[in-house]
Amino acid sequence: MNKRIILSLSSALMFLVSGVANAEYALNLRAPATEIAGQIYDLHMIILWVCAIIFVLVFSFMFYSIFKHRQSVGYEAAQFHENHVVEIIWTIIPAVILIAMAFPATKTIFAMKDTSAADMSVKITGMQWKWQYDYLDQGVQFISTLSTPEDQIHNKAEKGENYLLEVDNPMVVPINKKVRLLITAKDVIHAWWIPEFGVKQDAIPGFIKEAWIKVDKPGVYRGQCAELCGQAHGYMPIVVEAVDEEKYNIWVASQREAAALANAGADREWTKDELIAGGKVVYEKNCAVCHQANGAGMPPAFPAISGSKIALGAIFGPDGKYLPDSHIDRLLNGKGVMPSWKAILNDVEIASVITYTRQALGNSAVVDSIVQPAQIKAAR
Amino acid sequence: MSTAVLAHDDEHHGHSQPTGIMRWIASTNHKDIGTMYLWFSLTMFMFAGALAMGIRAELFQPGLQFIEPLQFNRLTTLHGLIMIFGAIMPAFVGFANWQVPLMIGAPDMAFPRLNNMSFWLLIPAAILLIASIFVPGGAVGGGWTMYPPLSIQGGMSVDMSILALHIMGVSSIVGSINIITTIFNMRAPGMTLMKMPMFVWTWLITAYLLIAAMPVLAGALTMLITDRHFGTSFFNAAGGGDPVLFQHVFWFFGHPEVYIMILPAFGIISTIIPTFSRKPLFGYASMVYATAAIAILSFVVWAHHMFTTGMPVAGQLFFMYSTMLISVPTGVKVFNWVATMWRGSMTFETPMLFSIAVVFLFTLGGLSGLVLSILPVDIQLQDTYYVVAHFHYVLFSGSAMAIMGGVYYWLPKWTGHMYDEKLGKLHFWMTTIAFNITFFPMHFTGLAGMPRRIPDYALQFAEFNKISSLGAFALGLSQLLFIYVVVKCIHGGAKASASPWEGAHGLEWTVASPAPFHTFETPPIVK
Repeated sequence: MNKRIILSLSSALMFLVSGVANAEYALNLRAPATEIAGQIYDLHMIILWVCAIIFVLVFSFMFYSIFKHRQSVGYEAAQFHENHVVEIIWTIIPAVILIAMAFPATKTIFAMKDTSAADMSVKITGMQWKWQYDYLDQGVQFISTLSTPEDQIHNKAEKGENYLLEVDNPMVVPINKKVRLLITAKDVIHAWWIPEFGVKQDAIPGFIKEAWIKVDKPGVYRGQCAELCGQAHGYMPIVVEAVDEEKYNIWVASQREAAALANAGADREWTKDELIAGGKVVYEKNCAVCHQANGAGMPPAFPAISGSKIALGAIFGPDGKYLPDSHIDRLLNGKGVMPSWKAILNDVEIASVITYTRQALGNSAVVDSIVQPAQIKAAR
Repeated sequence: MSTAVLAHDDEHHGHSQPTGIMRWIASTNHKDIGTMYLWFSLTMFMFAGALAMGIRAELFQPGLQFIEPLQFNRLTTLHGLIMIFGAIMPAFVGFANWQVPLMIGAPDMAFPRLNNMSFWLLIPAAILLIASIFVPGGAVGGGWTMYPPLSIQGGMSVDMSILALHIMGVSSIVGSINIITTIFNMRAPGMTLMKMPMFVWTWLITAYLLIAAMPVLAGALTMLITDRHFGTSFFNAAGGGDPVLFQHVFWFFGHPEVYIMILPAFGIISTIIPTFSRKPLFGYASMVYATAAIAILSFVVWAHHMFTTGMPVAGQLFFMYSTMLISVPTGVKVFNWVATMWRGSMTFETPMLFSIAVVFLFTLGGLSGLVLSILPVDIQLQDTYYVVAHFHYVLFSGSAMAIMGGVYYWLPKWTGHMYDEKLGKLHFWMTTIAFNITFFPMHFTGLAGMPRRIPDYALQFAEFNKISSLGAFALGLSQLLFIYVVVKCIHGGAKASASPWEGAHGLEWTVASPAPFHTFETPPIVK
C-alpha cells in the first residue's frame, strides 16, 4: 500500500475525530421531561439494542463467509439449498422477540392515551404559521409566533443560541400537574411536538385530538411543527415554559391584566397615526407571512393587499352595518385560505390593522379611510 | 444498450421492422421497450437527483442561502414524486420487460402493443410533472404525499401532477396485466411455477400489488381533484369530510407501493447472489412464501404512516402489531441470502458487491423500520430526519442499488460487451461510501429532533447536516461515473459470451449476447 495514501487517510480521520470532539453532536433522543417521554426513551434503547445484536449476529455470519468462503482462497462451493429446521427456527425466534417487545410498547400506548383526570386543559390551535393557546379554565388566550429576527435567517446577523426555536409568547404550564392538550388547526394540518414531552400530535382542521403532559422539572422546552404545512413550516416553533405553581399563578394573573388593558382601549377614540403605527406591528406579525411585508402578496394563493378592492372599497352600508365581502367582513369571518381573526385579535388590533392596510402599502382609501376599535366592537 | 441489436438481421417471416425513430415509437419488442424504460428511468434518476443536490445545498448550513422556503418545498416534493414514479418504478418495469420473457423462455410479452402503450404513457406524464415547474404558482410543494388541505391550497401544478400520476397509474396497471398474463401463459414447457426464477416470482407478486394498489391511489387523487374544483368535501371537515380520510386512502396505496419498489429488488439480488456464490439460492420455497406474505401483510399496515394523527387505541395497537409482524418474512429473506453465501465459493464482481451492500444496508433500513414500528418511539421520530434516513436506506441502498447491481449483471446480455470491471467497482465503492456519509448522520439528527421538510434548522443540527450535504454531493457525482460506465459498455469492450458469469443459471444465458432481437421463437424445454 502506498504510504502517502495511508498518511493522508489517517490525517483526514484525525481531522474528523477532532471535529467530533469539538462540536456538539447529539446522538440520541433528548433527555425526557415527562414520565411518558422517559418510557419512550427506554423503549427506544431496548429496541435499539435488540436490533444491534441481531445486526451484528447476522452480519458476522455474512462477513465470516465473505472472508472464508471465497473462490480466491480456493473454497469449493457446497450445494445445499434447504434446511427446514434452520428455516423454522429463524422464523420463530424473531416472532418471539417481537412479542416480547410488544408488551411494554402496548403499556405505554395505553398510558399515552389516558387523558382522564386532568388538572387543567389547554386548547392548542395550529394555523399558518403560528400557534394559538387557549387556557380553557383560566380564560387566558394568546398567539405564539417565531421571534427569530429576519436578519438572522438571511445571514445578515449572527444567529442566536435558540435560532428558529424561540417565540414571542411561550406556552406556560405548571410542573407536576396533568395538563390535557386539545389540539386542532384552522387551515391545514400541523403537528404539535415537544420532544422532551414525548408528545407529537397532528393538529387537524375540523377535529380536536387529545394528548396530555405532566412535566417533571421546571425548564424551557422547545419543539417545532412536525407536519408540512406550507412555506413557513420550518418557522413555527413551539416553546413551553414549565414553572412551579406559584410562578404559574402570577403568569396567569399578568395575562389577564394585559388582556383587560387591551380591551379597555376599544372604547376611546383613536387617532389615525396611533392606528397606523399599531396596525403596522399587527400586520408584520400576523399578515406579512402570506401577504408579504410590502403588501404584494403571493398570487394566486395569497392575493396582494396593495390596490386590493377590499382594502380600498367601502366597508359600511347606509345602515351603518358592514357590507358582505368588505374589509371588516374578511377579517372577522375569513374566506377560503384567509382565516377568521375574530377570536385571535382584539378590537384595537383589528381596527389598527384595517386602518394600516387602507393607508399604507401603497394604498390610500378614500371611503371609510379610518376604522375605530369601537366600530369593530359593534360589528362583532 | 441497444446499438448492438440494431445490426441484427431480421430473418423472420418477412414483416419489415420500422427503422430510425419509428423503431422506438412503434416498438412492440420487449427488449426495445425494456431499453426505453431503463433510459427513461436513468434520465429521471439524474433529474430528481439534481433536485436533491439543491436540497442539500440549502441545508449545508443554517440560514437561507440559495433557495426560498416555498421553492425548497417544491424541490423535496418533486424529488420524491419523480424518484418514486419516474425512476424506481420504471426501472423495475424495464427489468421485467427485458428479463421476464428471457427468463421464462417466452418470445415476447403477451400483449406487445399494450406494452408499447404502457411505456409511451410515461412520456406525457413526465412532461406534465416537469412542466408544472413553469406554470403560475410554481410546482407542487405540498410533499409527495399531497396531504389535503395543504394540497387544496396549491395552484394548477397540483392538478397537473394529479393528472400525471393518473397516467402513470394507468401505465403501471396495463404493464402489470401484461406481466401477469405473460408469466401465467407463456412459460416454456416444463417450467412449473415453483421452478420459475426468483426474479419472475417477485415480479408476479409485485404486479398483483400494482393492480390492487394503483386504483386506490387513483381514487384518492380523484377525490382530491373534485375537492379542489367541483365543490365536494371528501377531505373538508366544514363540509362533513375528514382530512385524515385522504391519508388512509393514500397509504392504503402507499404501503403496498413501498413493497412494489422493493420486491423486484429482492428478485434481482436473489438472482445475483447465487450466481457469484456458485451455489443455489437457499430456501427457494420459503423465499416465495415470504414474498407472498410480505405482499399480503403490506395491505394491513398502512396506518403506521399515520400514528401521530391520533387514532383510537385499538387502531394504533392493530397497526403496530401488524407492522412488527412484517419483519418476520423480511427477516427470512435476509437469512436466506446470508445462508446462500454460506459455504459458497464467492467472487466479488460489481453486481455481487452491490448485492452484498443491499443485503447489509437494506437490513439496516429494515431494522430502523422495526424501531419505527414501536408506536411510542414512532411518535418521537415521525416526520423527523430519522424517517428520512430509514426510507433512503430501504429505497436507495435497497431498490436503487439493487437496480444498479442488476444493470451490471445483465449489461453483457443486453449489449454483448463486458462493462469495465475496474470502473464498475469504483462506482460501487464511491456510491456506497457517499451514501452512508449522506444518510447515516440523519439517524442522529432525527433522534435529536430535526423535523423533515424544513429549509432551515436550529444550530445544534449544523454539524451533521454539513456532513450529510458533503456526502450527498459525492453521491450525486458518483452517478455520473455510472452513466459513463454504461455508455462505455454499450459502445464497446470485451466481447461477452452467451453466459459470461461462471455461476449463472437460467434461460437468459442460453441465448447469444447480445440477446438477438427475437428469442425463443421455438420454446425451450425446461427439465
